[in-house]
Amino acid sequence: MTTLPQTTAKKLGLVIDLDTCVGCQACATSCKEWNTGGYSAPLTDQNPYGADQHGAWLNRIHSFEAGEGDASRTVHFPRSCLHCEEPDCVTVCPTGASYKREEDGIVLVNPDTCIGCKLCSWACPYGAREYDYGHGVMKKCTLCVDRIYNDNLLPEDRVPACVRACPTGARHFGDLGDPSSEVSQLVRRRGGFDLLPEMGYKPVNKYLPPRERRDGRAANAASTALPESGGGASRLDKLFGWADRLLSR
Amino acid sequence: MKPKVEISAPVADEIKTSTCYMCACRCGIKVYLKDGQVRYIEGNRDHPVNRGVLCGKGSAGIMQQYSPARLRAPLLRVGERGKGEFKEISWDEALGLATQWLGDVRDSDPKKLAFFTGRDQSQSLTGWWAIQFGTPNYAAHGGFCSVNMAAAGLYTFGGSFWEFGEPDWAHTRYFMLFGVAEDHASNPIKMGIGKLKARGAKFVSINPVRTGYSAIADEWVGIKPGTDGLFVASLIREMLKADRVDAEYLVRYTNAPWLVIDDKGSADHGLFARDRKGNPLAFDKKTGKLTNAMLPDIAPAMIGDFKLKDGRKAVPAFQLLARRFLDVRYAPERVEKETGVPADTIRRIAAELAEAAFEQEVVLDVPWTDWAGRKHDKMIGRPISMHAMRGISAHSNGFHTCRLIHVLQILLGSIDCPGGFRYKPPYPKQTPPWLKPSGKPRDVAPSEPLGGPHLGFPLGPDDLLVDENGTPGRIDKAFSWDAPLAAHGLMHMVITNAGNRDPYPIDVLFLYMANMSWNSTMNVPEVLGHLTARDEKTGDYKIPKIIYSDAYYSEMVAYADLILPDTTYLERWDCISLLDRPVSEADGPADSIRQPVIKPDRDVRAFQEVLIDLGARLKLPGFVTDKGKPKYPGGYPDYIVNHERKPGIGPLAGWRGQKGEAYGVGAPYTKQLQRYIENGCFHFHKLKPSMHYYKHANREYLDWALQMGYRGTATPIVFQLYSEPMQHFHLAAEGHGPVVPPKHHRRRIATFFDPLPFWYAPFEGSLLDDGDYPFAAVTQRPMAMYHSWGSQNAWLRQIHGANRLYINAARAREMDIADDDWVWIIGYKGRVKAQVKLQEGVNPDTVWTWNAIGKRSGAWSLDKDAPEATRGFLLNHLISELLPVRPGGYRYSNSDPVTGQAAWYDLRVRIEKAEADPARTEPFYEPIDTPWKRDLPDTLRFGEQFRRDRWRRGS
Repeated sequence: MTTLPQTTAKKLGLVIDLDTCVGCQACATSCKEWNTGGYSAPLTDQNPYGADQHGAWLNRIHSFEAGEGDASRTVHFPRSCLHCEEPDCVTVCPTGASYKREEDGIVLVNPDTCIGCKLCSWACPYGAREYDYGHGVMKKCTLCVDRIYNDNLLPEDRVPACVRACPTGARHFGDLGDPSSEVSQLVRRRGGFDLLPEMGYKPVNKYLPPRERRDGRAANAASTALPESGGGASRLDKLFGWADRLLSR
Repeated sequence: MKPKVEISAPVADEIKTSTCYMCACRCGIKVYLKDGQVRYIEGNRDHPVNRGVLCGKGSAGIMQQYSPARLRAPLLRVGERGKGEFKEISWDEALGLATQWLGDVRDSDPKKLAFFTGRDQSQSLTGWWAIQFGTPNYAAHGGFCSVNMAAAGLYTFGGSFWEFGEPDWAHTRYFMLFGVAEDHASNPIKMGIGKLKARGAKFVSINPVRTGYSAIADEWVGIKPGTDGLFVASLIREMLKADRVDAEYLVRYTNAPWLVIDDKGSADHGLFARDRKGNPLAFDKKTGKLTNAMLPDIAPAMIGDFKLKDGRKAVPAFQLLARRFLDVRYAPERVEKETGVPADTIRRIAAELAEAAFEQEVVLDVPWTDWAGRKHDKMIGRPISMHAMRGISAHSNGFHTCRLIHVLQILLGSIDCPGGFRYKPPYPKQTPPWLKPSGKPRDVAPSEPLGGPHLGFPLGPDDLLVDENGTPGRIDKAFSWDAPLAAHGLMHMVITNAGNRDPYPIDVLFLYMANMSWNSTMNVPEVLGHLTARDEKTGDYKIPKIIYSDAYYSEMVAYADLILPDTTYLERWDCISLLDRPVSEADGPADSIRQPVIKPDRDVRAFQEVLIDLGARLKLPGFVTDKGKPKYPGGYPDYIVNHERKPGIGPLAGWRGQKGEAYGVGAPYTKQLQRYIENGCFHFHKLKPSMHYYKHANREYLDWALQMGYRGTATPIVFQLYSEPMQHFHLAAEGHGPVVPPKHHRRRIATFFDPLPFWYAPFEGSLLDDGDYPFAAVTQRPMAMYHSWGSQNAWLRQIHGANRLYINAARAREMDIADDDWVWIIGYKGRVKAQVKLQEGVNPDTVWTWNAIGKRSGAWSLDKDAPEATRGFLLNHLISELLPVRPGGYRYSNSDPVTGQAAWYDLRVRIEKAEADPARTEPFYEPIDTPWKRDLPDTLRFGEQFRRDRWRRGS
């Protein structure tokens, strides 16, 4: 049993825009690329060139459809640790390897004390923890803790690798504990939501919902066709109102 | 007690910039190096293409660099073709052999070399090499990729979707994306869509399949494959019927007012009426006279019947265009069934386009001067933009469909205006560019270079590369009556034609970076037959010698005789030149380089180095000095800096002149590459705002483009709604002129060479019974894979390691097919077995799968039971490269009849349930061997080496 801090000074997290994510996997591979040589090194891969290839990824994209027929939509859903305010994955940890940082709220695993018992992955309802089969310990999103404070990187690069790479700008990083931060404002403006709020883990990461579509289901009913010009197809000089005018080259 | 976390560890020993090659996008990258290895690759924030972002492929570049499929040394085949049995040889031996094979051909009959370069990003070098060699048989892979887009655009408005332009992401209000487009400009489009979303502009995706970009579109139009042109024609009709066209724009920038001779049966019917100097004529309403249509300030008529001096009738091109599209054939309710798009939707989208174009004008307070010297204090635009790529290109009606889209853009006044579709310099060019193809049969001679570039833009039958009997001069039949405007060649036909010795046999097939025995070829089974067929008399292979250069152990390697192993993209010099496929932005031209960021640990050489070496060994003009010594002893970087195509114009435009002071034109500068490296391996020449729009008619831009050598003159570009070159071919098919098609070609040429675009059903569908083959079958481009390259990548193959056949859920249920069932995909050529996934977001008459995931067992250094081979499949096995035999026995290629573009997406199939046992895709080809001992880890621990200080545990 591991205890949680009473409060954290910051609530660092991600805001992920489901309206803009095209499922390109940039955030997944850039995450893998950074973290396999960073704090979580290595993120091992099993049977890398054979059958049943699999490996440890801290961020995965799930593409699925919701609804049926005309009402259906395709959703690209990036999934990683949500850095919950009250994460069971931490409290179930028998060794204290899983912990939530007081200074910024990041949930980390200390690989030196993790025994790979997987209790945390059972406790996480989001499936955000990854057991590293080649390393024997649990891995998870660190919010690139080794990037965001790293003096060796340019200030503008001190963001998680996934945010740095995202081509559509669907990923945002900041302090969700500060109501005036850009990410907090974005969440308010766009109706950002928690995943599975009923579970009570109070995830810090937020998702922005897809916007309403602007397609034919509503609009075709309205009378939206262009009005016909006079004359009809047989009299082009009448059909085109400008035919009599002088149009200068 | 919380552990101490090292939050500010050193990230790299060194960071080097270069250019990505994980797809065709060519983003700027920063490569983090640690202990001599690649630690991390990120996008370069300063780079004009990607502004710092990097896609899923680019971010997995490390695994490409350390792929076990990398070739290690030159190989000489020792077993039968296709077995994968090779011996390693030295570079001296390999180059000696290649020089001997190639030299024999050059000295006897240069056309017996077919040199095709696949996904080559150095075409200005490879093409120039082929010119000096003297073979007419050169092209890259554009004939099976993009030529419909390039040709339709260049013949219409001197630019193109593809890579030659982009939507004005900052100002557009309404963006229409047609078909699969995930494979080119991939990061710019993603960034652009992100910007549109942030601004609330409307994004409409017209695509049979709702994945990727289509998934986040404000509106998804799930059209039937190959009917986009019909949908667009119907939109054009709605615009015309409601008089919602930009008449002023048409008068100023297009040939809409040019008079077309109406004298059916005569040799000039349908051509433009011209004055004695050759200027097109228009009827000036101010003076009531016929006048040179190119003059400024005239008020030309676009409607009416006019009498020419010789008494014949002529009508403005616009009138012919209006007549065509006002035809009830294109009425929304008429096209509803064929396209699968409800008539109401077509009408509404037309109304939305009109509203965005004409009610939401974008006005920029930027003064500019037009081509005639008239000053304007504002730039005014219609904020409609469109983009299309593979989904339009890969149909046999792609050229005309792409023209239809351009006509719609032009009628709305939305080319190169604020909010519209913008050219990227060096475009626009003339419509079409003033460059004719070289390589007529009479111009090909032993030991002589070709007279000019292979690929160009015919204006009429005189420009075809055919002999006096109409027989093609090129092995791929490009620029023949089979494919007159084949501006990128027909790489997909080379092996079949060489195997059939039609139009003639070849001696050496020389390929670079194209997997022509697998996913880059149509009709895999028969193409493998051609690669291994032997001449009955001699016992030799019918294609006697195959030289192949690739960096990886692709399926094609096994079918070649001599392998010249290439480097990875991080180990090489390269130049992304304005003479080739540029990486420009609409705000200005850009070019870039690759620099070697790490040293190869294998006995490999960059193909470009090898080509320059071979050029010198063969003593090709331009590759040797007057004394016969190598002209570029420093190899490719030497060539990049010192080669001049014209005086002062070389592969790179930045930092030229004695001290690197010049841009565009100037003497070679010895420190040019150093300057590029200091600048992040690119040069972006940002134009003044007054040159940002109306480049086709912007005096300041046109004058500058002339100085830069982009254009031969500074005359404005006039959009060709009505295409006279097309009519020249049409007239030839009616028997007019000195060069006419052989009889069996005439009907086809007469039909498809129509000066106005039109829609016709894709060929395969129209030749087969819909009842037998009720589904269209297409592929989509996975954003995390580029062609076949990703399967060797340990990370990317965890994302796409096998592929399913996706079927519309309701249709599947009607057929009693459920998720995970196995089915036969049956085309008229054969059948493929695959596992099914049901999908709501797919057109009911369409099935699809991801492109190029299926692999041949044993290739790419994968285990023989890898899922790519056992649960992956290709539709290529079902796609014929030839159309069925016609009466008389002639077989056309399965291509667009205008451009020769491979019609991959015309495939028709039916679906039948298959036995689940064995749970394996079919056909399953005999595995190929790897020519070296495979010694691969069960567990990859990449990255551990960077944290040795930290990790003591681990299994």
